[in-house]
Amino acid sequence: MSKTLDLTLKVWRQAEPGGAGEMKTYAAEGISEDMSFLEMLDVVNDRLAGTGEEPIAFEHDCREGICGSCGMMINGRAHGPQAGTAACQLHMRQFADGDTITIEPWRAAAFPVVKDLVVNRSAFDRIVEAGGYISVNTGAAPEANLTPVPKEVADAAFDAAACIGCGACVAACPNSAAQLFTSAKYSALSLLPQGQPERYKRAEAMVDTMEEYFGSCSNHGECKEACPKSISLDYIAIMNRDYIKAKRKNRRLAAQR
Amino acid sequence: MTITADPLLTAGIPPGPIEAKWDQHRFDMKLVAPHNRRRFKVIVVGTGLAGGAAAATLGELGYDVHAFTFHDSPRRAHSIAAQGGINAAKNYRGDGDSTFRLFYDTVKGGDYRAREANVYRLAQVSSEIIDQCVAQGVPFAREYGGLLDNRSFGGAQVARTFYARGQTGQQLLLGAYQSLARQIHAGTVTLYPRAEMLDLVVKDGLACGIVARHLQTGEVKSYSAHAVILATGGYSNVFYLSTNAKACNATAIWRAHRKGALFANPCFTQIHPTCIPASDEFQSKLTLMSESLRNDGRIWVAAQSDDQRAAGDIAEDERDYYLERRYPAFGNLVPRDVASRASKTEVDAGRGVGTLKNGVYLDFAASIGRLGEDTIKERYGNLFEMYERITGENPYRVPMRIYPAVHYTMGGLWVDYDLQSTIPGLFVGGEANFSDHGANRLGASALMQGLADGYFVLPYTIPNYLSPLLGTPPVPADDPVFTAAEAEVTDRTQHLLAIGGTRTVDHFHRELGKIMWDQCGMARSRTTLEKALGEIPALKAEFDRDLRVLGSAETLNQSLEKAGRVADFFELAELTCLDALDREESCGGHFRLEHQTDDGEALRHDDRFAHVSAWGWTGDPGAPALHTEPLEFEYVKLAQRSYK
Repeated sequence: MSKTLDLTLKVWRQAEPGGAGEMKTYAAEGISEDMSFLEMLDVVNDRLAGTGEEPIAFEHDCREGICGSCGMMINGRAHGPQAGTAACQLHMRQFADGDTITIEPWRAAAFPVVKDLVVNRSAFDRIVEAGGYISVNTGAAPEANLTPVPKEVADAAFDAAACIGCGACVAACPNSAAQLFTSAKYSALSLLPQGQPERYKRAEAMVDTMEEYFGSCSNHGECKEACPKSISLDYIAIMNRDYIKAKRKNRRLAAQR
Repeated sequence: MTITADPLLTAGIPPGPIEAKWDQHRFDMKLVAPHNRRRFKVIVVGTGLAGGAAAATLGELGYDVHAFTFHDSPRRAHSIAAQGGINAAKNYRGDGDSTFRLFYDTVKGGDYRAREANVYRLAQVSSEIIDQCVAQGVPFAREYGGLLDNRSFGGAQVARTFYARGQTGQQLLLGAYQSLARQIHAGTVTLYPRAEMLDLVVKDGLACGIVARHLQTGEVKSYSAHAVILATGGYSNVFYLSTNAKACNATAIWRAHRKGALFANPCFTQIHPTCIPASDEFQSKLTLMSESLRNDGRIWVAAQSDDQRAAGDIAEDERDYYLERRYPAFGNLVPRDVASRASKTEVDAGRGVGTLKNGVYLDFAASIGRLGEDTIKERYGNLFEMYERITGENPYRVPMRIYPAVHYTMGGLWVDYDLQSTIPGLFVGGEANFSDHGANRLGASALMQGLADGYFVLPYTIPNYLSPLLGTPPVPADDPVFTAAEAEVTDRTQHLLAIGGTRTVDHFHRELGKIMWDQCGMARSRTTLEKALGEIPALKAEFDRDLRVLGSAETLNQSLEKAGRVADFFELAELTCLDALDREESCGGHFRLEHQTDDGEALRHDDRFAHVSAWGWTGDPGAPALHTEPLEFEYVKLAQRSYK
């Protein structure tokens, strides 16, 4: 039989978008240390329903750390205390008996609260729609092995493409900047040979759209610490370099038209 | 008994030799000229691999596409969690692969319960999928020379699986999502996030739209179109504990079924052999460890039962590598159903490992010794990390513990060769249809089928349906058929809130899952199924009497969403058990205890059951109407599957 923990939760409750919210305190007793953090919330919600109080709304789906649905500030840290781990993969053995745990939604102007711990992250989709793709219609693709991609390049692109779009980087950033997300999406495409034709157009479109919604990056680095996939800050450098180049190149191209 | 063709189930398989059918059909199908395409409205429900790919491609072609997802973003569908890879008959390894071999392996792996023509087409387009994804920037694994790498997978003796570490589904879905995002930006696709389809609308026998509930505001709204595509995934969550994401549900296909779409082979459910065993009763879902691990891991238990020693203390000659012993040719790479049942046999005999004795070992010591820890880390690093996060055990040092869990459903809405259901205008793609995997799906074939349907099949067959409708506007969204459907959806939602009982939705879902796993899981019999058929309606009656859903229908209400889905799972569970009871044979994922060979292998009865069972809704969930589509095998000879 696994060890159990008696915990106190302080949770942000907010009934609707734009409404007032408040921190509420709940006892969470007899929590097994083998539970995931979200299973602990399931148990608390089940007990709340028994008392007639609406369950705490939180976003979740795959519970395998890959869909990017879940995310909350746990004791002031995005996804909680364990490095490289999304909230759904965080297990209660990371906490001690008697702990008080503070749980809040992502806090960022670009991610308005929908309800309790659920926020609206659609600004991320707008950045991808602006240029986070390679324009290739179905059926138009050449034979896959026609373009060799050095293994190191494919690996670097993969490391960027591992981003799950959860928003922890924005939530952790003192400026609510989205550079880590945007640069991961940007670099995953722009490092590959297939991504070259639209590289500078992509840089300008994605960064400019990002800046419509999010704050500015001051190289604080908290985003990488919070990222459940430990995505490297190097991608921000790649994107920034390309953005500067893009401003010059795209102007020159415009002049040639 | 002879199986007669049912006029309702006309598969529409094109004539001619199998390798020419699809090409000929593509030529024969009607087209829509580029300037007319924007006059056709197409609804796509679901934005996973099949839905995302179909919506993006139809958008590129110029149709007016309306895509719905209940997630906050189209990038979150459960396709994202597929780990191992995607099959394609590229034969880059020169190890004897071909379109015909992929076709053959899939029909055989499906235990001869799939339609040959559909499977052949799947194998044909598999290569184009890889080309498409590479062009989109999917970072597949590569060799040092820069060319694509392959690995082998269960049920095949060639290495034809393309992969992106252990996150292939994620990378393929992001490829489809990015293509979709491009079309949203271009204005050809309108996206409706956080919108759940709660009914299909049919007028004069044709599918003409859907009713969706906007989850954030509770608004119930009608959307009309010339054609509707459902790509809403499978129904594994009818078992409560499965490897599916928590929100995966059958409501869209079940509502379509109630409107007249036949439901085929619901009892063909797949148990995945390599999942992390449950650790306690609060377990909310099970986590899959990719089948690709079986390439380098050896499965074993202690030879004697009730062995309490740690794995490391059990000497080599006291271990039973039972898959290698029983199936020397395929060893640890036998198909999923065979591997799953073999581990059940070991655990049932008291040879299970771990404190709850509910698993078997998957051991990497030999591979680490042969290839080095770095190579194993390169291949499976993220899976090993995930295992350690969940269990607190380091699989580089001690063997993993694994056990089967429900993972995929081969059954789904019946579709013809064009992926059209029995309701004209309603098309079904990906896991939501029944078409390609027969009674058992091979590893790395789900991603292949989802993308084949979305990129390369539906974009050809939809225009063929639309072409004669040129000049016909869609049924207006304020037509009485829509207002009636809206009213019914609102009533159903209000009813769930009004019950005011004492038990939560999760309570009922868990109870239903327990019935299904115990009575209709890895092994089924007349006795267990009849027991389930008694218990399910009783539990449903209790649900209708004692459910408690708090909150309102006018804001985000996750319990209310779940309640609607679980209500539909009850009816689907009953149909699944009825189908399992009717199918008096064992095949693929459907194992009836009464029908096995002397050495415990599945025993098919081709004389009586070489058919698709497609069930029609009659209004009484306990008495559906059975229709059958005979299956003919011209190219793959029916044989007892053997992996020895």
